[in-house]
Amino acid sequence: MAPATPATASAITLTVNGEKHTLTVDHRTTLLDALRERLDLTGPKKGCDQGQCGACTVLVDGRRIVSCLELAVATEGRAVTTIEGVADGDALHPVQQAFLDLDGFQCGYCTPGQICSALAVLDEHAAGWPSAATPDVRPEAGPPPLTPEEIRERMSGNLCRCGAYVSIVQAVARAAEHRAGHPGHGAEATTESTTKESAA
Amino acid sequence: MTTTAGPRTVGVAHTRVEGRDKVTGAARYASEQPFDHLAHGWLVLSAIARGRVRAVGDAAVRAMPGVLAVFHSGNAPRLMTDYTSILGPPDPTLALFQHDRVPHQGWPVALVVAETPEQAREAAEALVVEYDEEPHDVAFHAGRPDTYIPEDANAVASKGDLEAELAASAVVVDASYTTPEEHHSAMEPHAVTARWDGGRLEVIDTNQGAMWVAGELAQLFSLDPSSVRVRSEHIGGAFGSKGVRPHQVAAVMAATELQRPVRLALTRRQTFAITGYRSPTAQRVRLGADPDGRLRALEHEALSLTSTLRPFVETSAVLGRVLYDARAHHTAHRLVDLDMPTPTWMRAPGEAPGSFALESALDELADRLGMDPIELRARNEPTVGPLSGLPFSSRDLLGCFREGARRFGWAERDPRPRSRREGRWLLGTGTAAATYPSGAAPSTASVTAEADGTFTVRITAADVGTGARTALTLIAAEALDVEPDRVTVRIGDSDFGPAWVAGGSMGTRSWSLAVSSAARELRGRLALADGDIPPEGITARTDTAGLLAELAKKERHSFGAQFAEVAVDVTTGEIRVRRMLGIFAAGRIVNPLTARSQLVGGMIWGLSMALHEEAVRDPASGGQLGADFANYHVAAHADVPAIEADFIDDPVPDDPVGVKGIGEIGIVGAAAAISNAVRHATGVRHRDLPLRPDRVLRAEEEAAAQHG
Repeated sequence: MAPATPATASAITLTVNGEKHTLTVDHRTTLLDALRERLDLTGPKKGCDQGQCGACTVLVDGRRIVSCLELAVATEGRAVTTIEGVADGDALHPVQQAFLDLDGFQCGYCTPGQICSALAVLDEHAAGWPSAATPDVRPEAGPPPLTPEEIRERMSGNLCRCGAYVSIVQAVARAAEHRAGHPGHGAEATTESTTKESAA
Repeated sequence: MTTTAGPRTVGVAHTRVEGRDKVTGAARYASEQPFDHLAHGWLVLSAIARGRVRAVGDAAVRAMPGVLAVFHSGNAPRLMTDYTSILGPPDPTLALFQHDRVPHQGWPVALVVAETPEQAREAAEALVVEYDEEPHDVAFHAGRPDTYIPEDANAVASKGDLEAELAASAVVVDASYTTPEEHHSAMEPHAVTARWDGGRLEVIDTNQGAMWVAGELAQLFSLDPSSVRVRSEHIGGAFGSKGVRPHQVAAVMAATELQRPVRLALTRRQTFAITGYRSPTAQRVRLGADPDGRLRALEHEALSLTSTLRPFVETSAVLGRVLYDARAHHTAHRLVDLDMPTPTWMRAPGEAPGSFALESALDELADRLGMDPIELRARNEPTVGPLSGLPFSSRDLLGCFREGARRFGWAERDPRPRSRREGRWLLGTGTAAATYPSGAAPSTASVTAEADGTFTVRITAADVGTGARTALTLIAAEALDVEPDRVTVRIGDSDFGPAWVAGGSMGTRSWSLAVSSAARELRGRLALADGDIPPEGITARTDTAGLLAELAKKERHSFGAQFAEVAVDVTTGEIRVRRMLGIFAAGRIVNPLTARSQLVGGMIWGLSMALHEEAVRDPASGGQLGADFANYHVAAHADVPAIEADFIDDPVPDDPVGVKGIGEIGIVGAAAAISNAVRHATGVRHRDLPLRPDRVLRAEEEAAAQHG
């Protein structure tokens, strides 16, 4: 790495997954590139680098953002969580476990973004945020049930070209049940049937 | 109760062996290995569609901060491009900077290498390239006068007197269909890191066949094949696009000239331009039938485009050769050369667009006959290959339809169009057949019994998201008769020897044959060794060339039945797919968990193809308009309803492993099933993909005008 030109670079401190990192970054460096190229945190993926695919989704102060559209210098002083910071040591987060058990991925490239997005979806839903799929958005209506339609709408910023959507939705539903304190088999309870015999 | 069950291997659902790495972000892809002194390359693609590069203003760019080198046709080292790889002649774009001709938009004209990606990008964008521009032609449509029949073994197949059978038919369907240019759009853009290490070229890549890429790079750079090592551990999707592409050539060129590691990661826009695509098609199907539905004539003609550099045929007309009996068959392909990039294989090449046309035409014929579309297919079920006369290794298309119809509730369907309404939605259901060849190619594999009681499999396989690594673990465990957790499968390394690629739905089948054969041989050796394993282990290695040569010549295919229910709002043109069901006869299912994912993923591709995907060419520039995910929409979460895929038993009696390919059949017929459902819902037949809202609206207006 060549020494950066002072006028076009700054020394910043990034807090990522609870760890502080001080580094000098080119002002053009996005948060995604700082994570991947400078801090060797390659979990956040670069699928389009223009905010259209969601593969680079991370949490900043608990909210999901596409890190390819955020400049690294703008993230100083905020808490960044990447996929590498989601598990509790060797114990997978329930969202991760549900993705693994239900095969909510294939090639795995969109997966870190899907999981980070799912974490935020669960928080946003718990906080009562409506979505475009919410039938009644009046505050007094309260949080809508986290139906498959709600999950699909809320996860739509994360593309998956392999087409793992069906099991991703099941995984998010299972994680939501786990969070609500009644972990059942989850996926079965929320799986819509495509067949008439079982839908009857 | 006694439990004497064997190890839980083939046929038992297993989560992916690399799954934990993928959900924790630990899995490293091609651009994610750290290297000291890494330099970054950035490709400059042509802004014109036809002409010559007159001058490259590299002097100004070389003076920019961090710039290490600029390569172009005026200074690049010579490459050797006169060779044939295991997949044919090299893609023309691999002749990187070897001449000044520009044959299409996006042709690579220069490479900038700099210390950081930001510097490389800025310099590449500042590079002034001057061209002598010539008029170009990118207009693809039926009826062009300059089409030709390509020299391709699959180009034409016929039997019987087509015109006579059409003349003798009680009912004739004659319909034309189009499908647009489509792009693979794997989530991981192509990326590569190349470096020289101890006299060997090491390439960290994302590809469908490490040996294939290593072989072509060795040819291009005139290197001894043993001095090239390509590794491709995790691959973020491929779908036919991840072969040998100009970025790998560029990275090796720069790493060789600069003698330091060079990484090159394509932008999303660049992947649209230089990693291949599916040609648009214009197809015509003519079906002639007796009143009882028996086909007298089946004709399918398909036009696709190629570049001015090399013929590539989208073999859309092949599936009728397998699916339906008819007294006369004529299936043929034509090409037109345009100033476009060379198309390539994209998931179910040929069968995906071809099944939209043929399976729509079957539905039109069923309408005309007043016959159930499943019954129509049952009446035309062949007992042997309709053209080859060869027996089928196994075929249960009708079993798929029976099981699918039962579960989908097909018997309750009122066949009259526009017979179901729910609020603003018109509802309809549709079905279509699916088939895809189940081939195999020679591969080598080794299995080692380690001294600690575990086993290591080595094979140059690629897991592009298919679950191949897990499937091969189960195949090896079954052949060794041990639990899968005692088996480690190592893949994606050209040092492991020749093996077929992840392509043509042939990967897992070809590799399974090699792995099970090596495992069986190892068991024989272990029996002789009497449990005494030296520290270096005992290794058995096999090559399946002989085994495959002994396999009887038969029609070997997977089959399936697709069902879809749609809701159409004819006042907005919106189409929502409400549910899909696919039932497949696809040999022995190695891992039901990942196999379902593969098939459902393919069906989602079919949904995306039916409703969304369309690359638009700008006639003025010859380039793709809006080459990004905002303008090239692939199905997102909110587009995808509940979709189920399931299997019926499909034993293949004469096959050593009984495994068929499942990577591509999921997309085959899916778009037709959706379009047939739209016809059922609205009474309007659509023959052009995608089924855009404007097309639904226009069709509704035309239908209203006709009915006065």
